[in-house]
Amino acid sequence: MSVALKINGQLRQVQAGLGDTLLTVLRDQLLLTAAKRGCNQGVCGACTVFVDGRPVRACLSLAANCEGGEITTLEGLKRDPGMLRLQEAFTTTGAVQCGFCTPGILIAAHWLLGRKPQAEAAEIRAGLSGNLCRCTGYTKIVAAVEAAEASTKAEAPR
Amino acid sequence: MNEMPRAVGARLPRAEIREKVEGRAQYIADLYRPGMLFGALLPSPHAHARIKSYDIREALAVSGVHAVITGDDFGDHRMGAFIKDEHAIAKGKVRYVGEPVAAVAAETEVAAKHAARLVKVEYEELPAILTPEEALAPGAAIIHEGLLSYFKVFDAGSTANICSRTSLTDGDASAWSRCDIVVEGNFTTQPQAHVSLEPCGALAEVDPSGRVTLWSANQSVFRVQANVCESLGLPMAQLRCLTPRVGAGFGNKMEPHIQPIAVKLAMAAGRPVKLILSREEDFEIVRARHPFKLRVKTGALKDGTLVAREVEVLLDGGAYADDSPGVLGYSLFMSQGPYRLQYRKAAGTLVYTNKLRFGAFRGFGNPQVSFAGEQQIDEIAARLGLDPLAVREKNLLPPGEKWFCGAEVPSNGLAECLARVKAASGWTGRAALEPSAPGRKRALGVACTAHISGLLATGAIVRMLEDGSIVLNTGAVDIGQGSDTALTQICAEALKVPMERVRLASPDTDGSPYNWGTTASRVTYTTGRAVVGAAREVERQIKEHASEMLEVAPVDLELRPGGKVGVVGVHDKAVSFFEVSARAHWAKGGPIIGTNSLVFEKPSVDPKRAVAVGLPFPQIGAFAFGALVVDIEIDEVTGKIEVQRAWSAADVGRAINPLAVEGQLEGAFVQGMGLALSEEMVWDGARLANPSLMDYKVPTSLDAPAEINSIIVEAPEPDGPFGAKGVGEIGINVVPAAIANAAASALGIRFNNLPLTPERVLRAMLAT
Repeated sequence: MSVALKINGQLRQVQAGLGDTLLTVLRDQLLLTAAKRGCNQGVCGACTVFVDGRPVRACLSLAANCEGGEITTLEGLKRDPGMLRLQEAFTTTGAVQCGFCTPGILIAAHWLLGRKPQAEAAEIRAGLSGNLCRCTGYTKIVAAVEAAEASTKAEAPR
Repeated sequence: MNEMPRAVGARLPRAEIREKVEGRAQYIADLYRPGMLFGALLPSPHAHARIKSYDIREALAVSGVHAVITGDDFGDHRMGAFIKDEHAIAKGKVRYVGEPVAAVAAETEVAAKHAARLVKVEYEELPAILTPEEALAPGAAIIHEGLLSYFKVFDAGSTANICSRTSLTDGDASAWSRCDIVVEGNFTTQPQAHVSLEPCGALAEVDPSGRVTLWSANQSVFRVQANVCESLGLPMAQLRCLTPRVGAGFGNKMEPHIQPIAVKLAMAAGRPVKLILSREEDFEIVRARHPFKLRVKTGALKDGTLVAREVEVLLDGGAYADDSPGVLGYSLFMSQGPYRLQYRKAAGTLVYTNKLRFGAFRGFGNPQVSFAGEQQIDEIAARLGLDPLAVREKNLLPPGEKWFCGAEVPSNGLAECLARVKAASGWTGRAALEPSAPGRKRALGVACTAHISGLLATGAIVRMLEDGSIVLNTGAVDIGQGSDTALTQICAEALKVPMERVRLASPDTDGSPYNWGTTASRVTYTTGRAVVGAAREVERQIKEHASEMLEVAPVDLELRPGGKVGVVGVHDKAVSFFEVSARAHWAKGGPIIGTNSLVFEKPSVDPKRAVAVGLPFPQIGAFAFGALVVDIEIDEVTGKIEVQRAWSAADVGRAINPLAVEGQLEGAFVQGMGLALSEEMVWDGARLANPSLMDYKVPTSLDAPAEINSIIVEAPEPDGPFGAKGVGEIGINVVPAAIANAAASALGIRFNNLPLTPERVLRAMLAT
C-alpha cells in the first residue's frame, strides 16, 4: 500500500506492506542508508532515527505506523548545529573506527545532549547504553560527547 | 625552509572520517545495482546428514524468483586456507546446523526467503559429533570421509576426525628435576562470537564480457578471489573482487562466508544478486573463536625463577578446517609467554565436530593459552609468597633473546611495558585500595603478553600523477582499524608531502598489488614496509629527473617538505613534483611509478634448537609486547565482576598514529572483557541456542570500564616502517588472564574456566 511519510522535512510517497519496517523503506526505497541493519531485533541501535523528535529503532517500527510522523535521519541533520558539533568531536577524538554504529550513536548522543547539555560521563554512558559498538571500547565515544558538550558551552552566548 | 608537520606520529583523524560521521559511508548492504536481486539461504536443520535429494520446483514457482541453486549445481571443488575441505555450499552431506544447503535469488528479500523455505531436501541423518571427546572416541562417525585425500598446505597429520596435530619442543626435559615448585591445572575457554556490527554480505554481478565483479564485506579481496575461484572452479582472472567500507572484522571476514554462493546465484540468475546475512545467520554460519581445553604445567625455583612449562591443548575446530590449523599452531607458539625458560613443550590436537567452523578471531589462540599460562605465574607467586608482578619482572624475555623455538626477536620493549603499567596503576600501593562500597571486594591483577605482526605477501604501488599528487595502492582492506590512514601517513612521511596530497586507491584485485589480508596484526608492519619501499623508488625516479633538470648529481639532491626536490645546501635550487611529473609524462622517461613487494621470510623455528612438527607457518613475523593491569571489584552478593580501571601498555615499535593505537588497545580491552566475563555461544544439542544480541551479551557502554589507560611503548623494529610493529590484537590477549588473576587475589579462588559470569563466581564463593 502507498504510505506518505514526512522524512527530513519532505513528504515522500512509499510502498509499504504491513510487515515492512521503517528501516527497510528508508534504505531500500529512499536510499537513505545512514541507518544500518545490525541486528533487526532492536538491540544494537545502529538503525536509530528520530520520529517526532524521539529516537526510535527503525528496525522495530513499521513504516505504515509512521504515517503522519516527522522522521529525521542522520542525512537530515546536515546543518543542525548540535549534530555538527558532535560530528566534529567524533572526528577529532577518534571516536569512530569501522563507523557502522556511528550514525545510530550520533542520533542517541544528539537526543541525550538535547535533554542534558552538560551530562556527566556516567550519564553519557547510560544514555548510549542502547547502542552497541564492537570496535572502540566506548572510551573515545564518551570523550567525544564530552568534547561536544564543551564546545557547546564555549559557543553559548553569555 | 618551510617546515611541515610530520605525518608519522601525528594523532590524525581517519582519512575517511567525513563520510562515516555524515552517514555517507557505504558498506556492503548500502550498495544497489540496476536490476539487482536479493539472495536468501536455506539452512540445514541437521548437524550431520547425507543429502539424498532436492526438490526445487515449488521454490522456483514463487513469483519473482529467478534462480534456485543447490549442491547439485556446484562441481566437486573445495576451498580452505590450510586444508581444502569445504564446498561453496553443502554438497553430498551437511556437517552443522545452519549450513547453507540451497540458495535463492528473487526480486525482493521477502520472496527470496519465502522461496528458500520451499526447497525440499531429503536427508539421511548421521550421528552428530558435538564435542572433541566424541570426535576422538573409537568408532565415532567420520565427518570428512575424504580427509586423507584433501589437499593440504602443510603436514597436518590428519586422520579419522583429527584435522591437524602440532607439537613444539625446545630445551631439555631434565629441567623439571631442578624445579622446587610445579603447578599444574586444567583450563577451558568458551566459544566467542565476533559480532562485527555489520553482518557479512556480498553483491555479485556478471559483466557483459562474462567476468564477475564481486563486492563483499571482507578482510582481503585476494582471499575472497582465491576462495571463490577454488570453490567454484573458476580461473582467478575471471573474477574481480572489490570492497566497500567494512563494518569491522576481527577475523570473521578474512576467509570466505557466503561470497561463493552470491557469485553462483548471480551467474545462475544473469542479474546482480545481493545476499546479506541476518544477525542470526551471521552467528550460526560464519565462524567463531575456538573453545580450548588445556592442561598446563609450569615449574619454578624457590626464588621465583621460571624453569619449565608443558602445554597440551585440544581444540574444537567445527565442521571445516578454515584457519583452525593456524590457530592451533599459533596458540602453541605463544603458549610459553614472553619469558625465559629452560625447557618448553607444547602439543595440541584439532578435531572436526558438527558445529559451525571455528576460525580466526583477534588474538588467534593467544587469549586462550594466556588465560592458563598467565594464571600459573600468579599461582607460583602465591605459593612462594612473592609479588606476581615481581616474578614476571624476574623472568621477562630479555632484549636480544630469541623466542620459543628460536625465532629472532629484533626489538623488545616488554620490560618498559611492565614498568609503565606498574607505575601508572600504583601497583606497589595496591594493598591500600578500598572497595567503593561495603559488600564488595577489590583487587588489581597483572599479566604480560607478546604477539606477532607479519606473515606472507604484500605489495604497494605509489604513482605520481601529472599534477604531482600521489595515489597509493596497496590492496589492503581497512576494516575500521585505521590502516588506510596509517599507510597514507607512512607514504606522506616518506615523500615529505602533506597528507592531503596522498590518496588511497580502494582495494581491487584487478588493479591493486597482492595483499594476503588484514589479519595477524600485519597491515601497518608488512604493508607499511612495502609502502616505504615503493615511495623510496618514487624518490629515486624523482631525483633522476631533478638531477638532469638542475644539473647536479642525484646524491646531492633532497626531498623537501611540500612536494619539492632541491639541491642540498642550496636553498633556491629546487623543482616541484609537478614540474618533475610533467616532464616524466610528456617529455622524458615516462610516468613515475614506484612498486615494491615482499613476503615475510624470517623463520619461525631454528631447527638446530627446537623440534617442530605440523607447524603451518614456517615464517611468522615481528614480535610486539604488552602488559596489562586491571582494577576490579566483585559484588559479594551477586558475584558480578566489574572492571573499574585498566592500564594497557603495548610495544608497537613506533606509533604511526597514536590516536588509532589507543583505539585498538581500548577496543581490544573491552572485547577481551566480553570474553572474560559475559560472552558465550551456547549449544542446545546441535543447535546454537543464543544466536541473537538479546541472548548473547557483548559489553555495552555501561559494562566498559570508566578508565582504560593506553600506554604506548616504542622499541623500534629495525625493518618496520619508521620502526612500526602491529597493534591490532595484542590488547586482547591477557584481558581474561589479568581479570582472573585479580579475582583470585580478591577472593582466594582460582577460576580455570571462562567466562567468569556472576553465576560461576558466586557458586565458587559459596563453595569455599
